[in-house]
Amino acid sequence: MPLLQARSIDKRFPGVRALHQVDLQLERGEVLALIGENGAGKSTLMKILAGIQSPDAGAIHLDGQEVQIDSPRRAADLGIALIHQELYLCDNLSVGANIYLGREPLKRGLIDRDKIETGARSALTQIGLDIAPDTPLSQLPIGHQQLVEIAKALSTQARVLIMDEPTSSLTGEESIALFAVIDKLRAQGVSIIYISHRLTEVGQLADRVSVLRDGENVGELARDEIDRNRMVSLMVGRDIAQYYARAAHKRDGIALEAKDLVVPTWPQHPLSFSLHYGEIVGIAGLVGAGRSELLQVLFGLVAALSGHLLVAGEPLILHSPLDAIRAGLALVPEDRKAQGLILEMSLRHNVSLPGLSHHRRRFAFIDFVQEAEAAQTAIEQLSIRTPHADQIAQLLSGGNQQKIVLGKWLALAPRILLLDEPTRGVDVGAKEEIYRLMEKLAADGVAILFASSEMEEVLGMSDRVLVMHEGRISGQLERRDLSEESIMHLATGRSA
Amino acid sequence: MKKILGIFGLLVAVFLLTWAIEAKFASAYNLQNIIRWTSLFGIISIGVAFVIITGGIDLSIGSLIGLVGCILPMLLVDGHSAPVALFAVFALSLLVGLIHGLLITRVQLQPFVVTLCGLLFYRGLGRWITHDQVQGFGSGYESLRVLAIGKIPLFGGFSLPVPFVLLVLLGILAAVFLNRTIWGRYLLALGRNEEAARYSGIQIERMKVLAYVICSGTAGIGGILFALDVNSIQPAAHGNFYELYAIAAAVLGGCSLRGGEGSILGVIIGAAVMRVLYNAINVLGIPTQLEFAIIGIVILTGVIADELIRRLAARRRAERGEV
Repeated sequence: MPLLQARSIDKRFPGVRALHQVDLQLERGEVLALIGENGAGKSTLMKILAGIQSPDAGAIHLDGQEVQIDSPRRAADLGIALIHQELYLCDNLSVGANIYLGREPLKRGLIDRDKIETGARSALTQIGLDIAPDTPLSQLPIGHQQLVEIAKALSTQARVLIMDEPTSSLTGEESIALFAVIDKLRAQGVSIIYISHRLTEVGQLADRVSVLRDGENVGELARDEIDRNRMVSLMVGRDIAQYYARAAHKRDGIALEAKDLVVPTWPQHPLSFSLHYGEIVGIAGLVGAGRSELLQVLFGLVAALSGHLLVAGEPLILHSPLDAIRAGLALVPEDRKAQGLILEMSLRHNVSLPGLSHHRRRFAFIDFVQEAEAAQTAIEQLSIRTPHADQIAQLLSGGNQQKIVLGKWLALAPRILLLDEPTRGVDVGAKEEIYRLMEKLAADGVAILFASSEMEEVLGMSDRVLVMHEGRISGQLERRDLSEESIMHLATGRSA
Repeated sequence: MKKILGIFGLLVAVFLLTWAIEAKFASAYNLQNIIRWTSLFGIISIGVAFVIITGGIDLSIGSLIGLVGCILPMLLVDGHSAPVALFAVFALSLLVGLIHGLLITRVQLQPFVVTLCGLLFYRGLGRWITHDQVQGFGSGYESLRVLAIGKIPLFGGFSLPVPFVLLVLLGILAAVFLNRTIWGRYLLALGRNEEAARYSGIQIERMKVLAYVICSGTAGIGGILFALDVNSIQPAAHGNFYELYAIAAAVLGGCSLRGGEGSILGVIIGAAVMRVLYNAINVLGIPTQLEFAIIGIVILTGVIADELIRRLAARRRAERGEV
């Protein structure tokens, strides 16, 4: 009998079917890798198991008993712990205080520090982390903070540990340390669900792989069946050469050139690189490597400390995004909901926003006819599925929302398009459309610079890849040299 | 639009209820009074609505009205001509808004703190320059005072107070600005999501400064009218709490303190609700000590009803499974 079994889980969100009849089972002492592209439903399924969201239909059995996991507390009581991709720790508190956060042991009504000390020490020993429980969390590197999160889960007697992309911000050595901890836990009988985009590490770790696509189970691979090509073809549902349908690009003149550009978060590493018209350049790297920060500087959101920027050979000085927009740049930001869209506003108002000041107009009056035309063009050009142009952006699916963000910038006909995680939280269909669009724009001579955490996307779409590590460009790879290994090698700080 | 209907319904309900109990509530004299005061408060409420739409707040309005009320009579008594005096106090108000806006955007102080300090500072300044002596225009400046207390005879003994004409003009101006110009759109956008507005190339700092200038500017206009209206300005008390009336009117009229929402017509109706309530308490002979308590309860009830209706609508939408 499996330890954990989920059957026929359904979950809908406004505008999207996140999970449909999904099954999952987990044996004792097993490492199950759950893979799928962005938007496949992995995170939703994990949130349901951790009691953060409740399913619309379906049943969950633990030890053969049906259980209702209706809150994170209930999940903790059942021994299920979720370790988020972003760490949910308080960095103003000590390691021990974090481990016991929300369930502090008391003595005469006050926090029992001694008990925290001993309890935290034994949890840390279990995963082989040799640090004092009273160390302030903020003094630990990210990799150790990740391990503290695991220690916290273990100290609640977790039997099922769910890890959502645990290595996305870890260096090479830190990842290796984490894998050792996972092996140790597996030997102790802890069951682990491991979510990752890094297929190489999945191959190293997993006892079994389960694949989701567009909210449905699409296949399972036993230990001896795990290989990269099988995983990729299950994830994308077709031959990948066809999925990332790309033609050879004609590289034209230099669109953008950065010379010793100093990004404020990493002042010790001036960045120099160039981008040509008609070229798609990927930026790869771990979380926190400085990819988004670089794009923000290029778009005038953050001022560079020094260095030069040339657009089509002309020096460009950026005081604000408006200067970048005027120079023909556009940025589709990483966080669609916080930065890309005004969710409560309609599609029409979102699409017109950056272009309002360019419209033909008398004084500052909005040209409503032109605004409506721009919205209609975006809907048709990007095949946005919406009942009408006045639909509130919030009510559309992730893929359609992302198309609105693309639409609002394409309306300005940019010559240089910066994309930060262009397909995050987008279903496979919309993803393919976004890739086609990137292809078409490149063919029309637009220079595209895109940052992505999704390995297959970087491998599939880039003519050239800039790999970043801790704020510097640790290497550039031409298309013929691209592989997951060559990228990870540079991304984890080993020089080419 | 639905929000405006709701607040308009409340206005009509309070009006009819009071009228049913006390017939003289609808006398021409009383209605003219209500309209005049609604107009004065409506003007300052429109101003604060712009700040609230950006997600900010302005607590200094009442004190600025007090300061304008102190300075305007002093300038006139000093022998300055009416246009010069009016222009001077209006320019001072715009300057105050500019300083608020710059402190909030450049120094990055919180709007609450900046304008709270303004509330204290302008009040103290007004009392100091007047030595706390009552200010007024005496029996002079009749032609100037027409702006606040003048009436345009209409029919059957009913005349329209002049401030109402000013309110309508300002209201139309404000509504066109908010709904038909790119600046208005920018204010609504940045009030909803400042980050996304910045990523869209909007100069959010300039837009915010503009909102505070508009707010203090209308407070200045309101201050001129209030001074002309009362003619006996107590430096320590003139305009006290007016910012709270204005904020309440804006919130009743559909502005969310989270920003990004608001309609000018709604705000004006909100101001009317406040004045009708206040007047009803007087006319019905309810002890005036209860005035604040009743206004507080009515606003709270309105806001709760609005929230419940919104949730109901959201649930219905979810049930229909809108895709």
